[in-house]
Amino acid sequence: MKEDYQMMMKTYKEAGGKPRVFKDSRVAHLVVHKNKVLGSHLVEGLNLDVKETSSGVDVDLSVDKGVRLAYPVHLCFGVLPKEGRQEIKVRALIKKGAKIVILAHCVFPNAVKVQHVMDGEVVLESNAAFRYDEVHYHGLTGGIEVIPDIKIEVGNGANLTMNFSLLKGRVGKLDVNYLAQVDKNGVMEMMARVHGHGDDEIRIKETGNLFGEGARGLLKSRIAVSEKADSEVISELTASAPKTRGHVDCIEIVQGEAKAKAVPLVNVTHEKAQVTHEAAIGRVNQKELETLMARGLKQEEAIDMIIGGMLK
Amino acid sequence: MLEIQDLTLIRNGRIILQNINLAVKAGEIYAILGPNGAGKSSLAYAIMGCSDYKPSSGKIIFNGEEITDLPIWQRAKLGITLTWQEPARFEGIPVKNYLLIGVKEKNHMEVKDALQSVLLDPKEYLERNVDKTLSGGERKRIELAAVYTMEPRLAIFDEPDSGIDLLALDRVMESIVDLRDSGATVILITHQAGVAKIADRAALIGAGHLIKKGTTQEIVDYFEKKCLVCPEFR
Repeated sequence: MKEDYQMMMKTYKEAGGKPRVFKDSRVAHLVVHKNKVLGSHLVEGLNLDVKETSSGVDVDLSVDKGVRLAYPVHLCFGVLPKEGRQEIKVRALIKKGAKIVILAHCVFPNAVKVQHVMDGEVVLESNAAFRYDEVHYHGLTGGIEVIPDIKIEVGNGANLTMNFSLLKGRVGKLDVNYLAQVDKNGVMEMMARVHGHGDDEIRIKETGNLFGEGARGLLKSRIAVSEKADSEVISELTASAPKTRGHVDCIEIVQGEAKAKAVPLVNVTHEKAQVTHEAAIGRVNQKELETLMARGLKQEEAIDMIIGGMLK
Repeated sequence: MLEIQDLTLIRNGRIILQNINLAVKAGEIYAILGPNGAGKSSLAYAIMGCSDYKPSSGKIIFNGEEITDLPIWQRAKLGITLTWQEPARFEGIPVKNYLLIGVKEKNHMEVKDALQSVLLDPKEYLERNVDKTLSGGERKRIELAAVYTMEPRLAIFDEPDSGIDLLALDRVMESIVDLRDSGATVILITHQAGVAKIADRAALIGAGHLIKKGTTQEIVDYFEKKCLVCPEFR
């Protein structure tokens, strides 16, 4: 257990995390390796009930009414062996006026045949705020399958921000499915950033339903694929109430024999609603490339800088 | 410094430049003047080595070395650079990182100095991205700053005044003169006679042909009296 914890911390650090936060009493955390809870810490106003199951953990999380957590909650999920399956079930309730930021690192550094499944249900009560940043760190074999499926209810005046990023190591197979229902004056922003190589398969489906008056939503994705990687991004935003505003923004850069597909779906069913979209798929912009080369960067360096900026 | 010998450029079956011969001396500002569509920018792109602007025939020689077939970055390593009339925008790349590309010693002070030289406050701009949140004029000035940080041997400015407000224009032109005074050679592409006046010498291009070479005053006079009223040059 102790060795597993140390390895998780080492990988967490490689993924960009700061292990010292797990020793800070002001910071709540949860560390899960496969189906074992290796460490957890709570702070006042945050409730966490974790049950180990045969293939993962069931997590019930809630933030008490009006509690605004001063520090982000750190989660670390991972599978260290080459093979395994981890199934995380999360139910989160952010009560009225509460605020929580979660930084989740998902680490699979040695994956040859690993499956990571996340099934989440999140409810934001009125005027609650929830930010969820999920950072993945995979090994270089591509033997990993990641399947997050999260449904979120954003209540009156509540604020949701979700950022998913998978930029280090191979993607493997990724199948993201996020759905947000946004009530009156609620705000929803979802952002996905993924860099695929080899024969990685990327499928992202983000859906936002702005059904409450004055609701706002943004679906944004930045994808780069090279070699034989394949990506498909489906961004669906529906506005069905007055004064709703939404935007879909998808950019994909393709290199080598990679393939990319972007499907922005915009549904507006109220005359006082407005949703806009922009999607661009293509090679690295020639003018951007030549501008950086005119400053002295080699072509490969210039491409890396442009893609790095886009995924930032 | 730079010699262009019998350069002809054909794109999509159309002659863009024909038999251009030009010699630019080290340490001078050389203006390429001409109306819109004359082929001035195409000549700049050909000198820089941009794709789709490879000469169909002729040579480009820089400091005695033929560079006609060199890729852009190798020309940049030799000290040649270009600012585009409409600069590219880069998502997620801060101004600081963009300007540092060309700095040889990665000296942050040089970056700050370069921004100040184009009247942009480093505190306000260093962390901003070189993206669509910048106005056209701001982006243009950052492009000029990027050239200064490179300390180039040959800087090609394509319409440096476009998108620049009148208050900043004088400073930008002063900076180009300062660049020349610091030892760089400058090629100034413009269709504005007023901008060309800072040049030491000039050439006039019309309809892909080099019409006339001479002192800046001679070329500006010729341009204003004959070209601007003559549609066949366009």
